[in-house]
This record gives sequence, structure tokens and C-alpha cells, in this order.
Amino acid sequence: MVAIALLSDFGVEAADDFDLSGAWKLSLLSELPIGTTGVVESLELPGEIQHHLMHMGFVPEARVVVVRRAPAGDPTVYSIDGFEVALRRDTAQAIRVREYEIR
Amino acid sequence: MSDCCSTATIKVPIEPRVAGRIRTVALVGPPNSGKSTLFNRLTGLRQKVANYPGLTVEQRVGRLNGIGRGDLTLIDLPGVYGLDSYSEDARVAVEVLHGEMPGTPAPDAILLVLDSLQLRRQLMLAAPVLGLGLPTLVLLNMSDLMEARGGVVDTLALAQELGVPVAKISATRGAGLDSITHFLNRKAEPVRNGSSGNAIEAPTPGRIELPVMGNPRSYRQWATGISTRTKYKAPISSEWTKRIDGVLLHRIWGPLIFLAVVFAVFQVVFSIGQPLSDGFGDVLNEGGAKIGALLGHNWVESLLIDGVWRGVASVLVFVPQILLLFLFIGVLEDSGYLARAALIADRVMRSIGLNGKAFIPLLSAYACAVPAIMATRTIENKRDRFATILVAPFMTCSARLPIYMLMIAAFIPNKPILGDLFGLRAAVMLSLYVLGFVAALATAWLLKSSILKASSAPFILELPQYRLPTIRSLSLRLMDRGQVFLKQAGTVILAVTIVLWFLSHIPFHADLAQSVIGRLGQFIEPAIKPLGFNWKIGIGLLTSVMAREVIVGTLGTLYGADPATQSLGLQAALRHDLTLGGAMALVVFFAFALQCTSTIAIVRRETNSWRWPALQFVYMSVLAYLAALGTNQAILHFVR
Repeated sequence: MVAIALLSDFGVEAADDFDLSGAWKLSLLSELPIGTTGVVESLELPGEIQHHLMHMGFVPEARVVVVRRAPAGDPTVYSIDGFEVALRRDTAQAIRVREYEIR
Repeated sequence: MSDCCSTATIKVPIEPRVAGRIRTVALVGPPNSGKSTLFNRLTGLRQKVANYPGLTVEQRVGRLNGIGRGDLTLIDLPGVYGLDSYSEDARVAVEVLHGEMPGTPAPDAILLVLDSLQLRRQLMLAAPVLGLGLPTLVLLNMSDLMEARGGVVDTLALAQELGVPVAKISATRGAGLDSITHFLNRKAEPVRNGSSGNAIEAPTPGRIELPVMGNPRSYRQWATGISTRTKYKAPISSEWTKRIDGVLLHRIWGPLIFLAVVFAVFQVVFSIGQPLSDGFGDVLNEGGAKIGALLGHNWVESLLIDGVWRGVASVLVFVPQILLLFLFIGVLEDSGYLARAALIADRVMRSIGLNGKAFIPLLSAYACAVPAIMATRTIENKRDRFATILVAPFMTCSARLPIYMLMIAAFIPNKPILGDLFGLRAAVMLSLYVLGFVAALATAWLLKSSILKASSAPFILELPQYRLPTIRSLSLRLMDRGQVFLKQAGTVILAVTIVLWFLSHIPFHADLAQSVIGRLGQFIEPAIKPLGFNWKIGIGLLTSVMAREVIVGTLGTLYGADPATQSLGLQAALRHDLTLGGAMALVVFFAFALQCTSTIAIVRRETNSWRWPALQFVYMSVLAYLAALGTNQAILHFVR
């Protein structure tokens, strides 16, 4: 977690410092485990909702941290730009992210 | 309960724009930026609230009295993230800013409020706003909190980047507001004189670079670039919020605490509120008796004491309980817990086709459906929002408490069920609350699987940081609600009781049953007889179409006018006149019926059509009649 945060602070070049067997992996925001960070790749949602989310900060290259799940397991709370927002699984499924995996 | 929101039209004199002169200022900002708090500060709470013509968006306008500029008009625009017309709110904002909104003066200057705790994201709104080219002052709100949590921003650099003055303020504390005065005074003078108070002036206005309009991605890059160049460091997000959420959103503790909170609110409202209300009632009755003694025994005394005082006092006794309920809901909302409650409730709400955001209005509908229906504005999906509006009046609002308490105290013995904590009376009261809730859920499900069917709407919920509710904002809430209730008691209920007294005494010296009101009541009696109601209850049902609590005043006046029950208290008089079946049928009728002109008016306003309130009224009335009929018949046949 700490390593990932540092990594994205300094850009991908800093990956030299880490285990190189890791790689950027494309995933869906809904698939990320708690505590991990993803970088937004693209959104595929109906116009109005997409616009709303983008204005809330879900734009390509934005960093999203998975904070916690609601007691029922859904929705999930994400942290973006220093504030927290909850999304349901079906919305988070429409957001493609890349995730850095250290093996 | 009642008329919380005057729907009077706003008359703002529209004067032509004069170059260099400021008459109208627009307040722009994203949701949750503290815009409303600032608006209240700047206008000193003398504001007019109405709707934009033909729209469901609220328009708030006031004079800048709070900073001694009563000659200027301040328009509060709806909270928006951008100026692309992707929502009704944003379309309204754009039209007002362009001076294209009929009946609203075109703004000559803009106050742009941004939450400095989330400046990087909030700056995205600055791009389209600055693009309008109006004189603008950027206000970094909650800058005291930002600095306290280790956040930094170079306001001089920011002013240079944006090409407009920037000021740090705190709307809750009222700090830094003199920068607004300076900004407005300066802009009013044709020649610049260099002094700008706290606001940091941009040296070369008008020469800034703005991103490609209408593209969130380029806004974001622009905003990120600016926050980097102005050395913006976001404050460390409050550790407290995270720690509290760890408990309140815990897999097991979260739902348990949630249920405990809801239960505790009701427990306190009844166990503390009841003695308060009783004490207040005693004071009112004694006062009435003393004034009655001064007047002597004549028709004036009868009108004032038996008619007016009895009628109005029987409603006023519920003021302490109603305020207590509003206090709790205010604390839950201001502290930030309600957003968490919505998150916990989302799963359940989803199964009936609504989303967790509908939970907040439904919870506040326990106090009053009118503010609850206004609170549905946070639900983006129109069909979800309409379904929530249509079911909100089923939630047991505080206006139902007077008749519930009266009938329960009169007809249900105070037998303990679970020791002293939970008795038969409390059980009946609780089942009435559950009844309303179940009716709301069932109706929502019905609506969402028929006329309001829609593909599942997204759930996007911002979780604010926890904060302590301020005494100031809580007391403002209570004063506001108290005033509304007292106004209702002093106008509608007063008028109803006076009219009733006269109708029940005309022709003079006739029996109550022979009076005008008696004849009217007997005329409608056949329709309500199967429900176990007598003609006096029938009159109560007619008068309470205005507001539910009116029935208690009506019954007080009617039984006070009847020589047979005059000497009895209202409870004893009712026992004398009604069966248990009729009494329970009456409370069930009230659980379902839409007897509230304020709710009907607000639904009309929010849905912008008479169709929805008409549907709602008919549906709820039919349901109430059938349920009351069932209750009375069941008790007649099965309870001895």
C-alpha cells in the first residue's frame, strides 16, 4: 500500500526501486480489494452519470483508494482527491482502472 | 406538519445593467462548499425562498444586509459541479448567470465559493465560471479548518493564475467576510484605488488561460496544474472521521448502532417529551381557567375558553415533543451521520427499488413530510425522486402525534409488557410507526414496478467529514420549526376553532346536534359509520384535511360545546362517545390518509404538476378508508 502510493507520487520510473516482477494490471474499480489504489483509465457510463462522476474527480489518471465496504458488502467507499464517495458495485464496474501488483 | 415554506413569488426589481455598477451578485459553488451558510451570513437570514418559474429548482434571494449592503441583491444558485447542462440544477445556474432566467435579474458580479479542503477538485468549477467574464471574487471557504489540518495554498499565486481576487474565509465563523465588502465597494467605483482588504488582487486580470470548455478532463488537468503551481497541499483527512467510520460502518456494529440510534431517538422523544408536554399542557389549562374566571360566565367566555383556548391549547401542548424530534434529526444531519445511515440503508432500499439516498428524506419525514420532500432533491434520478416524494407522507410525521397520543391515552390501558420499559401503549404507538413505514415501502415497490419503472439508477453519495453540530445552526433550525408550528396554531387552527364555535352555536340556544355543524356531521355520518366513527369525528376528518393536528382542536371545541361532555376532559368525553374499534380505526385512518394541505402544495411544487398530488391524495384516502374499515370490523368481531 505504502509502496504503491509512493510509486504513483513519483511516476512509473520509480518502479526500479521495487520488485520488477510486478506489473500494471488492468482491472475494474469494483474488483480492487480494500486498501489498494487504482488509477482511472476510462469510464463507460450513461452520459449524465458519467459527467457527474467526472466532475466529482473520476477522470482518467485520477488516483482512487478503496477505503471500505458498507456493512452489507455494497456500496463501497472510495477516496478520491481527499474526499470520500460511495458507489454501488454496478457503477464501479463501469470504471476501468489500472492497478500495480507486486508479486 | 404544515406550512414550512412560503411559496410566495419573489419580486425583485429588474433594473437594466449599468456598466461598472453592481446591483445583483450571484453566489456560485459546488454542493457542500458551505454556500448556504455563507448565504445566510451575508443576507442576515432575511431571505425569500421560492421556485424558479415552471421548474423544480429552488430560488433563494436576499439583500446583502449581513455586510451592510442592503442595496445589493444576492442570488444563491443551486450547488453545481460544472456549468454543462447535464442536470436541471446546472441548467438553472447557467441561465441565471447569463441573465436569461425570466424574473431573475442578471448578475453583475460573482462570488465563487470553493471548499479549500478539496480545492484541487473544486477548482474545476472555476474554469467555466471565470469564462463568463463577470467580475468574480473567489472565496476559499473553511480555510481555518484547512490550515488547522496542515493544508497550504498560496493565495497570491492563485489570484495570479486565475486573474481574479482570492480571499480566505470561514463562513461558519464569519471570518474574512470584509473581503467581500471591499470587493463590492471596489467594483462599484470606476477608478481602482489599490486597497483591497484581505482579498489578494490579481495584477493582470483578463490574461489567463482557460481550458477547453465543456470537457471535464481538460478542466481537471487545468485545475491540477493550478493547484501544483500554487503549492496547494490538501489537508490530511481527519483521522477522527476514519476512526469513527471504522466503528459506525463496521460490518456488525454499524447496523446495530444504526438501529440503536433510531430506537433511542423515539425512546427519548417519548420518555422525555411526554412529561414536558404534560407539564406544558397543565400550564396552558390553568391559564385558560384563570382567564375564564376573570371573564365571568357568558358567551364571550364560552367562545374564548371553550372554543378558542381549548382548540389551540390542545395542539400547542405538542410543541416540546415536536421540537425535540427536530433537534435529534438536526444533530444527526449536521454531524454527518445521516450520510452513513444512507450508506447502511442502501441495501434494503434497493430491494424495494429505491436507493440509500431516499433514506434521508424518509427519516426526516418522521418529523415532517414537507422538508423531507424538499430533501429529495439530492436524488439525481427523477423516477426515484418522485417515488420517494409519493411515499414520504406515509412516514409517521409529528403532526400525527397529537391524535395518536390522545386516542392511545384514552383507550389503551397502560399495561406493562416488558417491565416498565415497554408497555402496551408504547407497543401500539410503535406499531403505528411500523404501519406507516410498511405502507411506504409497499407503495414504493408498487410504484417502482409500475408507473415509475426505471433501470437501476446510480448511487453516488459523498460522505462528509464528521463535525460537531453548532448550537447556532441547531437553534436556528428549532426556531424556524417552532415559528412554523406556532404560526399554524395562531392562524389556521385559530380560524378553524372560531368558525367551528360559531357553527356549533347557530342557531342560538339549540342543541349541538341541531346546530349547523351537527346537521353537516349527521349528513356525512352514514359514510363513516362502518368505520366506527360518529358525526363529531366526521367533522374532525373534514377540518383535518388542512392539517392533521387540527382534528384534536376540533374535537376539543366540539366536545366543549356539547353540554353532555362539557364537564369531562377530552379523553373522558371520547371514551363516553366511541368504541375501541372506532378509536383504533381513527388512528389507522390517520396513519394512511394525506390530510395536509402543505404536503399537497409542496408535492405540486416539487413535481411541477397537479397530477402527482392528486394521485397521491386519492390513493392514500382510499387506503385509509379501507384500512380503517378493516380495523373496526376486525375489532368488532374478534375483540370483546
